[in-house]
Amino acid sequence: MIDENHLHGDPGIDVHPHHHPASAEGASPLQRDPARTIFQKGAPGRSAFQCPETEVPAVDLERLLPARLRREQPPRLPEVSEPEIVRHYVGISKRNFDLDSGFYPLGSCTMKHNPRLHERAAALPGHARLHPLQDGASAQGALELMWNLQQALAEISGLPHVSLQPSAGSHGELAGVLVTRAYHEDRGEQRHKVLTPDTAHGTNPATVTMAGLEVVKLATDEHGGIDLDDLRAKADEDVACLMLTNPNTLGVFDANIVEIAEIVHGVGATLYYDGANLNAVMGLSRPGDMGFDIVHFNLHKSFTQPHGGGGPGSGPIAVSERVAPYLPVPTVARREGSRGDGLPAFELDFGEGAAGSKSIGRLRGFHGNYGCFVRSYAYIRSLGGDGLRDASEAAVLNANYLRARLRQEGAGSVAEHLPLAYGDLCMHEFVLSGGPMKRALGIKTLDLAKRLLDYGFHPPTVYFPLLVDEALMVEPTETETRETLDAFAHAIGAILAEAAEDPAIAADAPYTTPVRRLDEVAAAKSPVIREAL
Amino acid sequence: MSRYTAITDADLQAMLATIGVSSLQELFDRQIPDAVRLQRPLDLPDGQTEQAVYEHLRELAARNVSAEDELCFLGGGMYDHYVPALVDMLTERSEFLTPYTPYQPEISQGGLQVMFEYQTAISELTGLPVSNASTYEGPSAVAAAAYLAKLHNGRSRIVISAGLHPHTIETLRTYAHGYGMNVVEVPLASTAAQAGVTDAEAWAAAIAEGEGRTSAAIFAQPNFYGAVEDAEALAGAAKRAGGEHAPVVVCQVDPITLGVLRDPGSCGVDVAVGEGQPLGNRLDFGGPSFGLFAAREEYMRRMPGRIAGETTDVDGRRGFVLTLQTREQHIRREKATSNICTAQALNALAGVVYLSWLGRRGIVELGELLLARTHYARELLTALEGVSAMHEQPVVREFALRLDADVAAVRARCIAAGVNPGVDLHALSGREEDRGGLLVAITERRTRAHIDRLAEALGAAIAAERRAAVPA
Repeated sequence: MIDENHLHGDPGIDVHPHHHPASAEGASPLQRDPARTIFQKGAPGRSAFQCPETEVPAVDLERLLPARLRREQPPRLPEVSEPEIVRHYVGISKRNFDLDSGFYPLGSCTMKHNPRLHERAAALPGHARLHPLQDGASAQGALELMWNLQQALAEISGLPHVSLQPSAGSHGELAGVLVTRAYHEDRGEQRHKVLTPDTAHGTNPATVTMAGLEVVKLATDEHGGIDLDDLRAKADEDVACLMLTNPNTLGVFDANIVEIAEIVHGVGATLYYDGANLNAVMGLSRPGDMGFDIVHFNLHKSFTQPHGGGGPGSGPIAVSERVAPYLPVPTVARREGSRGDGLPAFELDFGEGAAGSKSIGRLRGFHGNYGCFVRSYAYIRSLGGDGLRDASEAAVLNANYLRARLRQEGAGSVAEHLPLAYGDLCMHEFVLSGGPMKRALGIKTLDLAKRLLDYGFHPPTVYFPLLVDEALMVEPTETETRETLDAFAHAIGAILAEAAEDPAIAADAPYTTPVRRLDEVAAAKSPVIREAL
Repeated sequence: MSRYTAITDADLQAMLATIGVSSLQELFDRQIPDAVRLQRPLDLPDGQTEQAVYEHLRELAARNVSAEDELCFLGGGMYDHYVPALVDMLTERSEFLTPYTPYQPEISQGGLQVMFEYQTAISELTGLPVSNASTYEGPSAVAAAAYLAKLHNGRSRIVISAGLHPHTIETLRTYAHGYGMNVVEVPLASTAAQAGVTDAEAWAAAIAEGEGRTSAAIFAQPNFYGAVEDAEALAGAAKRAGGEHAPVVVCQVDPITLGVLRDPGSCGVDVAVGEGQPLGNRLDFGGPSFGLFAAREEYMRRMPGRIAGETTDVDGRRGFVLTLQTREQHIRREKATSNICTAQALNALAGVVYLSWLGRRGIVELGELLLARTHYARELLTALEGVSAMHEQPVVREFALRLDADVAAVRARCIAAGVNPGVDLHALSGREEDRGGLLVAITERRTRAHIDRLAEALGAAIAAERRAAVPA
């Protein structure tokens, strides 16, 4: 039933869904091979690199680079052959679980399918070997692609002005908060507070501090939305911005959004949309129409740039007219008929005109993560407007189905032990509380997550949002089949049934992974963060 | 229609029944207020087949002139180094390409071990004991180093060398406004012997003028003009000028030069940051790549971003985890040492695979090759009529020329001849002193024959421009 979630062909991971601690002794011997790094392999003098001929007349090294500027001892990089490198990295790759191998319902991370078409397109030399300082006339294809992506993101968000520059979601947040700050400063106001709900992603408050502003927390009401009374009490002339995710990290769409926007705008502040959860509303509801002034997109979530085990990402922002002059530069502009042949030309716009001079400036080198733009643009072109709406509808349908399926498991005992934290329906994700499970069965959310590894599933996000006791945040995405969702629900049911018999099974899990539970406390106490050579 | 979803009509009916709603419409009507529902289709081009999308992307690519299409001497922050095939093969593996950040270490040992190996390689390269698992890219890594300095000493002044890349300076200024820090720029030296590198006296004076308020002192190695700085002298001068309140000395380094250039650690640098693209990453029109970030041990708990650490599991087996997480945004929130969540793990993998491929000997051999070919190119080009060296400092892979002709026009003539001769310095930096400047980069992909062709094209272009500029 959960075949697709097995770690295929991996000698180090032997998945036995009902593996009991008593039988752990029988695990594959390969599994116990100690991890050896590339620095522990190879032999002195071995090398994969064949240096090209110098070809030019030999010159005394001292003349090229005086000894006082020269390195005395070469860095102790690995000394390995090419086949050794391939074996090494292919080998350790098999100690990774990945989206192409199985279900990955990590909440707020939108682990949807990554089409291979995108990799092929991005690898075309016209994209991959294009130098960022190539003249605009020689990069018209790239600039047109960026302009088209800007237009598409503007339409999807309902906010007309886009900068593709930020490198990831949190970088987009920083851009957005600095834009807000510049807007207020330009009006002669020194507003220093930013409101963030207690359900916010950790990047929101971290960003606020980096931008030199101060975090003020907002409470959550009984429906999982912002507590309006708390908002009214805290919204004053010192507030620069409210940062909001909608639907929020509880999977709840804040139905009071229009009123929230009125309160925030009423005190002259801006409304910021954390786009991490945009996958719930594409083509259904737009941040701009909800009253937001600034939104960041996570191209590596809703727009399926592969996550790469922790990046690269890309975090463009779109903004309203009100704050448009402060956007980071450069953006891409389209000039009609400027090529002489009647066709439009595309160019980088550094905002040196009167309005543009208010830009907050650059946030990085060059123009942003173009390789990610190629992939996300390919995705938008593949789906079109209707397809994006279908994707969001299916994401919400899948989340609600899984939520409902879990309630049926174990004749209702899963619902009892893992109740929905807020609401009855959900958007693209939902949050369960493991509190009752912990009290009744004696296993924590962490134990459930670790036992899921033995069942071949990536666990949901755990212990977030912080206001939910023993939180479990589940985001299945639209690209999963009903069979997979059924299998996952069944696995949760089976783990709780096991726990009812013997809580130690989950408490000591996992058993079948390349390593078992790791001592994170020791790792942080005396950090070893590089190989000793 | 989305071709990546799998819900049949039968699925839909069964799923709605399980949920207990009559239609998809109801699912949304009960959650999103009517006032904020989009009442029309998105105004985007219709979805297309995979084949059609590929053709569209191929046509766009064909309208770009890449380093595949012309002889490319462009540098200025990103370089056309050779990327070995095994980097493509390994970064395309599903197991590395498609996981999220390793939140569940038991099933993420591959990615975590890659981070640990990457940290080791960067630590070796920079001569500094601790490295994080990557930041976004070069210029923002410099800005992250300034934040580390602020958290470390609480001061608000950043002294920088004008030898930093203009994008780095612009990025730093954007961030510094948020940090509440101000940036003081030290010019390059004006004497003939020191032209092209940081004015060491002005550097020390600018730090001393801060009267103990200088938080960080930042320079680039090699600098924007390709010149090799005396890193030890700059780091030493910064420490002496700061005295008891010495600034955090930050060096923005080009990692591919570190087989031949002294490592920042042995020069007395506290934090080394840099653009990782030369290490096995594509040009990609400027990104994604990765930013490296290494430091002395005392800064470890203020480092930005992810760090992998070694530990053991309950059975005593060696394993790796994300560590020192109490620095990070998801734990520390507003008190975090940075807001980085997603960084550049896949690009850092390309970096460590590339460094393993080069190896201990290769990084030196490659560095010496770059030194030799770059020297040859500089000698050849400065011998041309109307071309002079902007500075006489040692260079590794890039150098600045001054042309006695209009740079834009000369470049246009060379490009028409199939040779992109380099970066128009003034167009990039906007600095008055960069007028007439051309920045030429020589990677190992540029052979002697290529360099000879550049000399021919540049010589001809300048001669033609000078003829054209003479009034009839």
